[in-house]
Amino acid sequence: MYGFEALTFNIHGGYLEAIVRGHRAGLLTTADYNNLCQCENLDDIKMHLSATKYGSYLQNEPSPLHTTTIVEKCTLKLVDDYKHMLCQATEPMSTFLEYIRYGHMIDNVVLIVTGTLHERDVQELIEKCHPLGMFDSIATLAVAQNMRELYRLVLVDTPLAPYFSECLTSEDLDDMNIEIMRNTLYKAYLEDFYKFCQKLGGATSEIMSDLLAFEADRRAVNITINSIGTELTREDRKKLYSNFGLLYPYGHEELAICEDIDQVRGVMEKYPPYQAIFSKMSYGESQMLDKAFYEEEVRRLCLAFEQQFHYAVFFAYMRLREQEIRNLMWISECVAQNQKSRIHDSVVYMF
Amino acid sequence: MSGVTIAHASSWGAALVRTSPYTFSAIGIAISIGVSVLGAAWGIYITGSSLIGAAIEAPRITSKNLISVIFCEAVAIYGVIVAIILQTKLESVPSSKMYDAESLRAGYAIFASGIIVGFANLVCGLCVGIIGSSCALSDAQNSTLFVKILVIEIFGSALGLFGVIVGIIMSAQATWPTK
Repeated sequence: MYGFEALTFNIHGGYLEAIVRGHRAGLLTTADYNNLCQCENLDDIKMHLSATKYGSYLQNEPSPLHTTTIVEKCTLKLVDDYKHMLCQATEPMSTFLEYIRYGHMIDNVVLIVTGTLHERDVQELIEKCHPLGMFDSIATLAVAQNMRELYRLVLVDTPLAPYFSECLTSEDLDDMNIEIMRNTLYKAYLEDFYKFCQKLGGATSEIMSDLLAFEADRRAVNITINSIGTELTREDRKKLYSNFGLLYPYGHEELAICEDIDQVRGVMEKYPPYQAIFSKMSYGESQMLDKAFYEEEVRRLCLAFEQQFHYAVFFAYMRLREQEIRNLMWISECVAQNQKSRIHDSVVYMF
Repeated sequence: MSGVTIAHASSWGAALVRTSPYTFSAIGIAISIGVSVLGAAWGIYITGSSLIGAAIEAPRITSKNLISVIFCEAVAIYGVIVAIILQTKLESVPSSKMYDAESLRAGYAIFASGIIVGFANLVCGLCVGIIGSSCALSDAQNSTLFVKILVIEIFGSALGLFGVIVGIIMSAQATWPTK
């Protein structure tokens, strides 16, 4: 019952919620980012990070460091935190935590299929996959020639199987189809996750609905902008939009017919939450859009921690960590390539 | 039977009035301690699970936040004290006077006292437990918050005290008819 979760949530979720809030306290603050931005080289970054929670993961790395090593080790911490929480969780929290991984599984599947199309070695691709999205038969993906085979050989045994009903065709896989497949899978995943959260009810469903609706809307805008000028038809584009969110259904109708960014802006400015985002950018500028969306996402994720006794804190923590790893990757790349003036272009501060 | 008018010998009213006052008293005493301890235990597990998890990243909070657990425990102690007081109010009455109005009044007074204390302590234990859980989590992030949230908890634990006071006043008038 909404409002009375405090009475029974702590039976199964109290310990893990306290743990995730402890992890949240270890996220990097603006002061940490300022220190990192002052670094001259990657060894300085490693030294600054050794005072944070990443210390134990980076201390055994020999110099010279690479940016990929830093990102890999930080991702390892995220995976360790996640696995620790997953193994302690009971239903329905364990299902909720599993849902957080499916997005990464989809990304990994698309990575391997695209890489195979471009004749890359399977082992090399598997090393590049996100560790949260690994599953057992992932290497077999390289064998498949079209989507039906992909489904039949590998994906039917994974949790992604129910998302494939929309995109099973016998066409051969090429770049365009793979992107469409990725977006169709992600759409099915988001809708499934949304329904699951609605079923959970209470504060979880309220907060997760808001977060997932923002995600769905953001993806709709990105799909629109990325498919302007390509051969994706309007109906196909409309099929890739999720059926929930602030933009559903009228915003989707209007987005489907947009042909350039100013039209997209015109559509989005009718919705007050997104008007604030788009008003930060002047006309004709689209590079800042990604960063503006990330900032809005981080703002909403931080707000999820304001309420106690719900599962959305786990989702928020995982997303905030991923954003932090993106920030660290950007900072490391800028420092390694000596372009420190561009550091502030893409770092999203959290607290 | 003297002094008591009942409509029908087999109506619900008759069943109520013909139930022994000792039954009501005993149930009242049982509820006073049973439900109080339920409230205390519920509150302790709500606080305890959050406290344990939060103390992993911030070990300094453990000793201070045991106060929340102690406030919950106090709720159980109120229940025990009132149960002991109530059971001293039970006296034997000759069977000719067992269904007198005054006997019934004594029985009902002890029953009501037990319910008052039991349920007031149930919600007090829950309240203190939930606040204690939030207190532990906030203290782990920012140690200046502890004392401020403790004030809220003190107000919460006053609820159990209200129940105990009214319960004791109720039971003070539980006078059985003299032999």
